[in-house]
Amino acid sequence: MNFFSSLLNSLPGAAAQGFIWGLMAVGVFLTFRVLEVSDLTVDGSIALGGAVAVMLIRGGVNPWLAMVVAFISGMLAGLVTGLLHTRCGIPAILSGILTQLSLYSINLRVLGNKANQAISVDKYPLLVSQRYVRELSLRNPLPLLIFLCAAVVMILYWFFGTEKGSGIRATGANAAMARAQGINTDANIVLGLMISNGLVAFSGGLLAQFQGAADVGMGKGAIVIGLAAVIIGEVLFGKHVINFALKLGSVILGAVVYYFVLQVVLQLGLNTNDLKLVSACIVAVFLAVPYWKSNARRKEKSNA
Amino acid sequence: MLELKNISKTFYPGTVNAKTALNSLSLKLEPGDFVTVIGGNGAGKSTMLGAIAGNVQIDSGSILIDGQDVTRLPEYKRAAFLGRVFQDPMMGTAPTMQIDENLALAARRGQKRGLKWGITKTERADYRELLKTLDLGLEDRLTAKVGLLSGGQRQALTLLMAALKQPKLLLLDEHTAALDPKTAAKVLELSDRIVEENGLTTLMITHNMKDAIAHGNRLIMMDAGRVVLDIAGENKKKLTVADLLALFSEASGREEADDKLLLS
Repeated sequence: MNFFSSLLNSLPGAAAQGFIWGLMAVGVFLTFRVLEVSDLTVDGSIALGGAVAVMLIRGGVNPWLAMVVAFISGMLAGLVTGLLHTRCGIPAILSGILTQLSLYSINLRVLGNKANQAISVDKYPLLVSQRYVRELSLRNPLPLLIFLCAAVVMILYWFFGTEKGSGIRATGANAAMARAQGINTDANIVLGLMISNGLVAFSGGLLAQFQGAADVGMGKGAIVIGLAAVIIGEVLFGKHVINFALKLGSVILGAVVYYFVLQVVLQLGLNTNDLKLVSACIVAVFLAVPYWKSNARRKEKSNA
Repeated sequence: MLELKNISKTFYPGTVNAKTALNSLSLKLEPGDFVTVIGGNGAGKSTMLGAIAGNVQIDSGSILIDGQDVTRLPEYKRAAFLGRVFQDPMMGTAPTMQIDENLALAARRGQKRGLKWGITKTERADYRELLKTLDLGLEDRLTAKVGLLSGGQRQALTLLMAALKQPKLLLLDEHTAALDPKTAAKVLELSDRIVEENGLTTLMITHNMKDAIAHGNRLIMMDAGRVVLDIAGENKKKLTVADLLALFSEASGREEADDKLLLS
């Protein structure tokens, strides 16, 4: 009984974390599934967004404005990765790693040469805070988080339906075809990376407020959580969900499910230190299964 | 409509693998010309098309399309002048996007892509009519992903997309080579119709000599990166495969038997 009550107690917090990381996972979805690029910048840009938001709010800036600046800072990080990739011919994955590494130093500077900076909800008008997550009041972060997720899904649904957004989708689907149709694929890759990292930094800004601190290491392994959310979303809600908005929604729900599962695992007595190992294993298995399946199908075909 | 002036291209220059793909090649196409291109493997046919389309950067020479020098223009900017169909049916379309979305992408070739909706209702109706002309039943599958289509269906769709914006030049790069004979014949027939209806200036590479003779108003043969034979009008109509083989060995000074293997 104790197990279930403490699990139940932890669910609102898990849901809130899930929605915050869901926004981040949508960013990962845009690069990994739409652009078909593996972008590792995100580990750095989530911490960047957290650092920028916390330092601005501490400096007395309106939290909404701070979130806008956090979003822009993430876009700049994506711009750097994009230019390294398209203008300098560095493979996408390495470009992301380079940006991520340099962001570590930059984030330390943003945080005033400290590894972390706390921000108390008592002193600052934070948008979301962990403290109220089980409260039935207007201060509860869940309604705002759900609203933000819905807004992001709608905006992205609109954008990727426009001529510009269709061009980005075509770039990811078939770059040779896109160029033959007059689409500047390099520019689209850069733009896609900017939007993705902007979203990731935005999510980092929310996460830092929610936790009450920005930490230079808060993005470590973020890409894996993002991928886990994308994959869980696909497994649970079907790879064949065609509508783009529903696809984005399933990514966010994938993140929420991920945090629910983590809570269960934690309640079962697993050490928090083992979480990264568990996450990595989950992602590895889910990425491997489709590959094995297609291999088996090919074998069947050649035998037939 | 198209003018190639002394274009040259060497791959891997300065190494033992150096390969001259284009050797000061010159070629001029008049508006409405439908030119078939033949030549053995490595003759430079695909490199020439790549040079025109901009995915191959030439070492020297210049390329003019409709009087405009496009030599230094990146591939995506040249696309405004061109319609292209590739050898690989997978290359001409976006597999994870819908049929109507693919057409809508092609319909915006050469235009600025802004924040207007990517496809309009009237467009969809137009595409349905257009797809009907293919007689493949695609008009009822507008929202199907292109990845679900067969190779022949995809080439037919790519042809429609290539012609959608009245390109100055249509480039067909062995676009039927990967299809089974029956489908290939259908796609060729469709190509003829689209070229004729739109009065398109066309360059078509083929490995099939009969096709090269039967289609278009002019035939060029390439060897070692240059044009070695250029036959148009009445002379082309009278050509036979045997003539072509004889002309080829004369032009290239090589054994006829090899070329039979390569070309027929």
